Order: sequence, then structure tokens, then C-alpha cells
Amino acid sequence: MTNDKFISVEAIAKRYPAAGGGQTTIFENLWLSLPRGEFGCVIGHSGCGKTTVLNILAGLDQPTEGAVIVDGQAIEGTSLDRAVIFQSHALLPWRTVMGNVAYAVSSKWRGWDKAKVRAHVQRFIDLVGLTGSENKRPSELSGGMKQRVGIARALSITPKIMLMDEPFSALDALTRGSLQDEVRRICLETGQTTFMITHDVDEAMYLADKIYLMTNGPGAVIAEIVENPLPKDRARIDLHRHPYYYGLRNHIVDFLVTRSKTFTSSNPNHDPLHVPIVRPGIDDASVVPLQANAR
Amino acid sequence: MVSILLFCGFIAAWHLATRGSGEVAKMSPEYAALMGATATQGKSAMPGPFDVGAKLWEHIQRPFYDNGPNDKGLGIQLGYSIARVMIGYLLAVAVAIPLGFLIGMSPLMNKALDPFIQVLKPISPLAWMPLALYTIKDSSLSAIFVIFICSVWPMLLNTSFGVASVRKEWINVARTLEVGTVRRAFTVILPAAAPTILTGMRISIGIAWLVIVAAEMLVGGTGIGYFVWNEWNNLSITNVIIAILTIGIVGMLLDQVLARFTRMVTFPE
Repeated sequence: MTNDKFISVEAIAKRYPAAGGGQTTIFENLWLSLPRGEFGCVIGHSGCGKTTVLNILAGLDQPTEGAVIVDGQAIEGTSLDRAVIFQSHALLPWRTVMGNVAYAVSSKWRGWDKAKVRAHVQRFIDLVGLTGSENKRPSELSGGMKQRVGIARALSITPKIMLMDEPFSALDALTRGSLQDEVRRICLETGQTTFMITHDVDEAMYLADKIYLMTNGPGAVIAEIVENPLPKDRARIDLHRHPYYYGLRNHIVDFLVTRSKTFTSSNPNHDPLHVPIVRPGIDDASVVPLQANAR
Repeated sequence: MVSILLFCGFIAAWHLATRGSGEVAKMSPEYAALMGATATQGKSAMPGPFDVGAKLWEHIQRPFYDNGPNDKGLGIQLGYSIARVMIGYLLAVAVAIPLGFLIGMSPLMNKALDPFIQVLKPISPLAWMPLALYTIKDSSLSAIFVIFICSVWPMLLNTSFGVASVRKEWINVARTLEVGTVRRAFTVILPAAAPTILTGMRISIGIAWLVIVAAEMLVGGTGIGYFVWNEWNNLSITNVIIAILTIGIVGMLLDQVLARFTRMVTFPE
């Protein structure tokens, strides 16, 4: 039982037939792993194939080559062990909040009676702070509340991993912030293993333990794994005052702005099996940690 | 309000256009009685609104009388027509909706059945009548068959379209929850496609009601279509007008019922 490879993506490739014959390779020989209870986040430009990686993890899409192993077992198709939070929340509009979450719960535990399902659903509606809105329909909810329902639905089936595909990108900045706080609180409380796709640098820095930097496609690779040097008990309010904050942020932004385009050509010896792990700030001598009293 | 004014204006114009213009020629009273008001007082052959109103009142008072095959109450004739439409229509629902699901859910079946549907759809339902009469050998059943064949296509096409265009993300939700095909069809696809399916059913009932009149004119015997033709043969324009009015009202009611069902299954997004 290898706990540091709870999720292990092994040498997956995705190719599509190209228009003029031949094939377009979105990515190939892609490896990544995430330990149990950690929060992983893939960041990259749109079109690099990061959503495809997530869909493969979810089982909604099949890799052309390679395999994904979760908790020691190769995955095959979709599973109730892997819950997905969709970018567009994907709630069923003809069901209430309660109905949407209950649909997931009764799909996982077919034999449960109504009262048991309701009690279970209620716990997760309370967890995401939607108490009192149980009988509203999605059309009566704001964008942030809809995504809360999406989170409650994903958590309610107590999945081994939770997969999020740019879950907050359709929300306004304030709502996004408060939902990120909620997700971070819930993940820390429950020890949920989570895997997220994003293109928002601040979101990745605040939420993730490990940030996978993905180069531009086609032929995208994971260039680096950034281990988040910020403390585990970080809070949004004073995150930017932390001595490592700008080192980390600059590193990721630099990558996205310049290195993501040139990485493949300037690193011909890049070994996708041994992706360099960097800890901006800690490893970087030029960043001098501020004195404790300077904060 | 404007509707009521327009209606009153229409009735007035109708009344003025059909009222008598006074005595046109001198003739003996016996001869005049034989000739009738049309010839003697310049009265239009078209009945006026009050004639129609009086006749309609008669029909409403006695809707279900039966004085033999050529003289039945309006209610009985309507009853026959509605029963035929309902049987043919419900048969069409039973065939079109499951088949539409199959076509919508399976791209293979969609491609395989599409040419047949494209050829069969534009055929006027009445063109089937001789074939139906020959094979079924029963005029009433043939009328039902014609109703069936005319209401099947809009429902089939709308169902398959509605099923095929259910949002991918809703399907993905069901997939990630390991929901089986049958349960998925009932819990996700059916509610999502229901508004489109009901719209198809609404179009179908409209067409069925249009076609039943023509079909009954052909097969004869009973029904509102037969009533229209029979009254034409009796030269009772009053009854023809009443029948036209009734057909319109019943058609509207059928449409309203389906419209209400559509509203019931429509969900706001």
C-alpha cells in the first residue's frame, strides 16, 4: 500500500485523428502522482489538455495509452469512488437542492430508505452552508450557491477522490473567494484527497499542496511539480505577506507567461518519470525569509 | 376587450350581409311559400348569425339524440371523432416515444432509420387511406390508422431530437454516479427531454384533429367530418357553419390540454 501514490497516472497519452490524416498528440507519456489526503492542482493554459487529464481521471474519457491507478487499482470507466465537480455545476434543473444531492446519495446506496437518504443529504447541505435552501430549485439559486450544491453532491457520496474542473471560474471574484475558503476548510477537516484543474494562479497557491505546471499543447508535458512552501494553516487575508508568497507566485507566473511555451524545446532531456520538484522560496537563496517580527 | 369588439363587428357585418332586401317580385303566396325566402325576399342563401345561433342552441339542448344513421346529435358525432383521434393518437404515443428514445440514444439507429423516416414523413396521411381500407377492411379502423400514421412523425422526430440533445453534462453526472442505462433514461433523459417531447405531442394532436375531419368525410358513417359532409348534402349551411365552429373549439381545447401538460414538465434553467 503506497500512500504517497494514492493517485498514480502512469504514462497516459491522448491522441486524436488529425484533419489531414495522421494524429494530433495532445500529450503523451504523462506521469503524475498524488499522496492520500493531499490537494493537487494542475495549472496550464487553455488547450493544453488539462481538462482531458481530469476527464480521464474521472473515467469520462479514456486515454489512448497508459493507465490510471487509484488506491492500488487501475480505474475502468466512471466510479462512485471518484466524484466530479463540474465547471458548469451541472445540477439537474428539475430537481430541488435536496433532490440533486439525494440523487447522488441514492445512486451510491441503493438500499437506503427515504429518511436515511434525507438525513445524510441534510448533513452535506449543512456542511456547504445551504441550510434553509433545501427545497429551492437550481434556477432560484445564485451561481455560488449552485456550485455549493455541486460540492455537496460530490462530497455526499464520500468519494476516495474529488475531482474539480475549474470549479470557480464561472463565479465572480468575491463568491469565488468565499467558496475557496469553504473548500479548503472542508478538505482540511475531512482529509479529502482532491485534484483540481485551474488556470488561476492565486487559487492554486491558496488551495493546493502540490501544483503541477503543464506546458502548452500539443505535446504537453508536466514540466515541474511545485511543492507549496506556504504553511498549511494559511489564511487568505495575510497570504500575500508571507515571505515565500512572491517567490512562489513569480515562479508560477513566469512559467505560464514564458516558460510554458519554450519548455519543451529548451529541455530536450526532460524525463517525464522524474519531473523536477521545486519549492520556490525555500530552495531559492535569493529569497531571504523575513524576520518573524516583520510580519 | 379588442377581441370582443372585433367579434361584435364581425357578427354585425355578417348580419347585414345576409339579411333580406325586401320583396323582389310579385307572386302568389302559395308559390312564394314554395320558393322560400331566398327567392321571394332577396334573402341570402347564407344563414345569418341569428339562424346559426338558434340552431346551435337547439344542438346544445339535445346533443345526444339518435334518429338513425343520417340524423345523430352533434355530441354523438363529436364523441366518435374524439374517440378515434384518442385511440390513434395514444397508439402513436406508445410507438413514437420508445422508438424516439431508441433513435435519440443510439447514433447507429438514428442513421439506420433516418432514410425511412424522411421518406414516410412527407406522405399525406390520407394517401394511406386506400391501402388501409384494403388491408384492414374496416372503415372505422382505417380512420384510426390514418390518425396514427399522421401523429407518429412529429412525436417521433421531437422525441429523438429532445433525447439526442440532452446536455452532455447531465449525462456525465449520471455516468459519474454509475447510474445504469434504464435508470438514466428515466431519471435524467426523460425529464430533460420532456418539454421537447410534449411539444411534439402538441403538434401531433393538432394534425390529428385536422386529419380526422377529412378522413371521416371519406369513410363516412359517423363523426364530425361525416356530419359536415352529410349536412352539405342536405344543403344545411347552418349546420355546416355550426360544425366548423365546433371543430375549431374542440381543436383549441385539445391544444390547451397539451399546452398545460407542457407547462407542467417545463423547468426553468
